[in-house]
Amino acid sequence: MRGNPETHELVAPGSLAAVLHLMAVEPGAWTPIAGGTELMVAHAAGRLNAPKLVSLWGVPELRFVHATDESIVVGAGATFADLRRSALITEELPLLAKAASWIGSIANQSRATLGGNLVNGSPAADSSPALLVYDAEIEIISARDSRRIPYHKFHTGYKRNALAVDELLYAVHLPRRFGHHRQYLRKVGTRRAMAISKVALGATAFIETGVIREIRLGAASLAAFPTRLHRTEDALLNKPITNDLIQTGRNAILTEALPIDDIRSTAEYRRRVAANLLEEFLFELLGVEKRP
Amino acid sequence: MSTTATTRIVGAPVPRKEGVDKLVGRAQYVDDIEREGMWHGATVRSTIPRGIIRSITFDPCINWSEFTIVTAADVPGKNHIQLIVADQPCLADGKVNHCDEAILLLAHPDKHKLLEAAGAVRIAYDPLPPVFTIEESEKQNEIIHGEDNILKSFLLEKGDVDSVWATAAHKIEGEYRTGAQEHLYIENNGMIAEWNREDGITVWGSLQCPYYVHKTLRAVFDLPDEKVRVIQTETGGAFGGKEDYPSILASHAALLAMKSGHPVKMAYDRMEDLAATTKRHPSRVRHRTALDKDGKLLAMEIDLAIDGGAYSTLSSTVLSRATLHSCGPYVCPNIRVRSRAWATNIVPYGAFRGFGAPQAIFAMERHMDEIAAAIGIDPVELRRRNFLHEGDANATEQRMREPVILDRLLDRALKESDYHAKRARYARENPINSVKRGMGIAAFYHGSGFTGSGELYLNSLAGVDVTVDGKVRVLVSNTEFGQGTNTILTQIAAEALGIDFSDVIMAPADTAHIPNSGPTVASRTSMVVGRLVERASLQLLAMLRDHAGLGGRSRGDFFAACARYREAHGKVESLCRYEAPPGIYWNDQTYHGEAYGAYAWAIYVAQVAVDTVTYSADVEDFWAVQEVGRVLHPVLAKGQIEGGVAQGIGYALYEKVLLENGHMANNQMTNYIIPTAEDVPPIHVIFEQIPFRYGGYGAKGIGELPHDGPAPAILNAIRDAIGVPVNTIPLLPEDLLAVLAARKCVEEPVAQ
Amino acid sequence: MSARWPTIRMIVNGEQRGIQAPPMKRLLDVLRQDLHLTGTKEGCGEGECGSCSVRMNGELVNSCLIPVLQAQGAEIQTVEGLAPKLEPGGTLHPLQEAFLACGGAQCGICTPGMLMAAAQLLETHPRPTLAEIREGLAGNLCRCTGFMRIFESVLAASTQASQPALRQAHHAR
Ligand SMILES: Cc1cc2nc3c(=O)[nH]c(=O)nc-3n(C[C@H](O)[C@H](O)[C@H](O)COP(=O)(O)OP(=O)(O)OC[C@H]3O[C@@H](n4cnc5c(N)ncnc54)[C@H](O)[C@@H]3O)c2cc1C
Ligand code: FES
Ligand code: FES
Repeated sequence: MRGNPETHELVAPGSLAAVLHLMAVEPGAWTPIAGGTELMVAHAAGRLNAPKLVSLWGVPELRFVHATDESIVVGAGATFADLRRSALITEELPLLAKAASWIGSIANQSRATLGGNLVNGSPAADSSPALLVYDAEIEIISARDSRRIPYHKFHTGYKRNALAVDELLYAVHLPRRFGHHRQYLRKVGTRRAMAISKVALGATAFIETGVIREIRLGAASLAAFPTRLHRTEDALLNKPITNDLIQTGRNAILTEALPIDDIRSTAEYRRRVAANLLEEFLFELLGVEKRP
Repeated sequence: MSTTATTRIVGAPVPRKEGVDKLVGRAQYVDDIEREGMWHGATVRSTIPRGIIRSITFDPCINWSEFTIVTAADVPGKNHIQLIVADQPCLADGKVNHCDEAILLLAHPDKHKLLEAAGAVRIAYDPLPPVFTIEESEKQNEIIHGEDNILKSFLLEKGDVDSVWATAAHKIEGEYRTGAQEHLYIENNGMIAEWNREDGITVWGSLQCPYYVHKTLRAVFDLPDEKVRVIQTETGGAFGGKEDYPSILASHAALLAMKSGHPVKMAYDRMEDLAATTKRHPSRVRHRTALDKDGKLLAMEIDLAIDGGAYSTLSSTVLSRATLHSCGPYVCPNIRVRSRAWATNIVPYGAFRGFGAPQAIFAMERHMDEIAAAIGIDPVELRRRNFLHEGDANATEQRMREPVILDRLLDRALKESDYHAKRARYARENPINSVKRGMGIAAFYHGSGFTGSGELYLNSLAGVDVTVDGKVRVLVSNTEFGQGTNTILTQIAAEALGIDFSDVIMAPADTAHIPNSGPTVASRTSMVVGRLVERASLQLLAMLRDHAGLGGRSRGDFFAACARYREAHGKVESLCRYEAPPGIYWNDQTYHGEAYGAYAWAIYVAQVAVDTVTYSADVEDFWAVQEVGRVLHPVLAKGQIEGGVAQGIGYALYEKVLLENGHMANNQMTNYIIPTAEDVPPIHVIFEQIPFRYGGYGAKGIGELPHDGPAPAILNAIRDAIGVPVNTIPLLPEDLLAVLAARKCVEEPVAQ
Repeated sequence: MSARWPTIRMIVNGEQRGIQAPPMKRLLDVLRQDLHLTGTKEGCGEGECGSCSVRMNGELVNSCLIPVLQAQGAEIQTVEGLAPKLEPGGTLHPLQEAFLACGGAQCGICTPGMLMAAAQLLETHPRPTLAEIREGLAGNLCRCTGFMRIFESVLAASTQASQPALRQAHHAR
């Protein structure tokens, strides 16, 4: 334990309004802490740079999963265990349920929140590819107002995002219109469980008579933050699925992906595997297993 | 004879002796212990791999008067850790030879203040060029140790290797490499020390070898035997990692305790433990092998190099074991093994389960498959044609005087794993699947106990005594750290004495109470120390018969006789000293003779799936078939094998120590990857039992064996799956991709 | 000095406890240092090893990642609370019995956390499959056993029918 708990203040006002009030009165002074699975790791390593923390854990207004006609709405304070237990999620958003099951371990999932995962903004975050390909929207709240932005515009740089200092991530809106899409998500981690993703690819596509009418590709660890692969999507859109198209897709993603070498993997590996994953998905669309 | 008679307790699945304490959270590990007035200690370490310490200054932002500060100048005795060669300082004095080398120690009552203070100690260096690899060390451009960077070398010769090459039908060469491996015991190193003028030093800690620590403390503090007391606390895993390092940590804690006048605890956190403590030696082994036209081995020439790190520590004995295991369990008339341990500016490598054997066996067994491929025979058949049998001589010309049942083990392994049918099926299916499967095998033996005359030098003393309240205590310095020492040794005593398992306890692992029965290493506890406990128990019975009228064989008779004996003689104690089995001959100079008292034998089989989408290899199923003498406890024995196999899988496919400028860069559990419950395949453990005459109730060594086989079996299975030889471990998916890309076995990325 | 800190109340192993501690102190440290419940271990301090696993309000958590203020009012169960009535004459929890009989604990350092994870698993999956056991325990690293004996222990504990058999194995002499 390298951090000194005595040098940090932590308060738990208990309601969303009270938290927002604190953050409005002293903008930038308070760091929210939800499940703490990021911040407490930093604390243990002695690199938690947050003298004043405000707890979101147990703030009831943030922890929910509910549905409207158009969307399923997940509160930022919902844990990944909540997502796995929610029938709405497992039935309608299987990729998100899958991603939730990959976050660390059971003990981690019972604390790690969706909001924390997104705001932390790791390029390897497991929930991101699923949210990108489900075309999620982010609802942001402050004492001033609330606003919504598309998730693919939420991350603005390495560990940077669209939140202002007095804002909280409030909820994620997931449109309920992917029921007839082909869906794919695969995480390639350092091992089968308790693994940080080395590369992950999510995809949703709408196919009509063998032609790709709609496609979204969302990737982790191919850039400084989780991103849609718009150029690869464009290369595939409105094309009939053929072996040639699969090669086109490979080439596109190899150009678009800009991964890095780091302690967990290499850029070369990430690019090649990303291309293989895309190929695997496209072969699935073609109705055959990946060519050996 | 005890080894064949039926037994009541030996061989039965009695509950682990200290099991309940561990299961209810009552067992006391070092970090669970507080002492009155205890302070905490921290270590200031070098941030460069090699250089001269120019100055040490203290930032005035800290009130240093609150702290106890210790440097090399405070060492009252020798500033050296006492292992085989005393070249490693307890605290760096004037120069540093690796990153994370301890330079200065701090103690303070508040643990949190230590970190800030440690950061405020400024050390200036004049850096010297570092040496990081075996290759750089071999070049000898920079001499960092002795005259030639060689920490130790051996030459083992048999027959006349040079005469064979000209006429041999087949000549095959290969180079094989293994990486460093971290023990990753879940309990980090930790120690508490106390000092006062009358009693000297007492330390409590997580450790394997109380008398190793004792020896170093005596030297570092220049104290007589009785003024140093070492007590082992419950130890949360060790695997060799708490064989040598605790001597350093105990010295550090004791130096702080002496200077501060307070008990001092030093409990490493994971980052410090990973960065600063020992790992398994990396290796590079080159094989050149001659065979006749029938696939019989004619000659082996082996060049074996290990990276020893910055100081000698245990490298010489690791190298010795690697040398002696480098030729495998095969008959070969002509052999030359030239082996060297090279110095580098890296944290010294140390003991780790297998102790050089896994490295050597990886090379040999991987090489066997390359030979088989090159000359076109089945890898199983090649091994069968060359196996040692009873009466054959191995590389050191040790005659196998006990039964050798490699053929039987092999047959069993092939049958249980359905090896041949699966290989055939995979050969058919692989071309049309993106997941390629393969089967791999490794055949090996592992010498039990210390090498050559080692056991004679150790001259171990062990025994039993009987307490006033009617408990028999086992008196040994061999410690429990999960392997089952407590259970096995109390089983043996209870069996031999004809009493209940619950009548026997372990004497505390405290040098004030126990004799020196040698270190808890080298798979020697059951075989060597177990035998001593068995003999001491039988000797006690004889004493009781001769001097206390023991007549019957009941438990009641035994304790009644003990009471009478105590009346007459004050205490009831029986100790025995090690005696070598008859006919043992070993020459330390030529490396000839009986290298080990006994060998455990094994055939391991791995079933592996290689995913060509992710380049990852997965072990899907694993069979471990072995002969380890008599199995003293079926559940514990299985647990040893399974645990070793899991570590071996990690060694082969997951665990990589990343060094940056000589410092471990991935020194966190999140970045040093070991297999989880989801990664370990089913492990099928099969024992064939041939009791060994000179082991405790027929036991041979078991603890290290299972780490030897998985890596070569797995890499052989990968070769079977993809048809490409891979000769380096660890093999992470990134590494496999690199191998395939270099051989143009994967599509070139078109773009970019 | 502790007057500076808020009082935090929790129910630990069924007992009301109140301690004063910095709110960012880890639950792990409060359990070990303030409540002297040293059965809960620290292996990494970063959520990776699970040796600090405890149950909080019926969920498995890693106590090294919980600021104690977030445990305010919570019900905590540690390994010391698994088998409430220890000797003399006390009983072990079926999981503890099974670990003893099947060799689920070797060095024992991962064991308290492993038992808590297993207890959590058996509550959500009373008859777990091997795959569910693997997933349920994946956050608890064990370096000694290779997990096989642990899986067997959990399976044994989940199979009520085998309880008498386990007890026999335990008392075998
Ligand atoms: C052992 C371990 C394994 C892990 N494995 C994975 C994995 O496999 N995949 C993966 O993706 N992640 C993994 N993680 C990372 C982590 O669990 C997630 O990122 C988690 O979702 C973070 O949520 P939290 O509530 O714990 O965040 P916290 O640590 O509480 O906060 C994280 C960040 O988000 C901010 N924040 C939290 N909530 C809000 C909000 N509502 N509004 C504004 N800011 C907010 C905080 O200020 C902080 O900057 C792992 C972590 C650990 C310790
Ligand atoms: S100490 Fe908490 S998970 Fe390792
Ligand atoms: S029993 Fe030692 S780590 Fe699990």
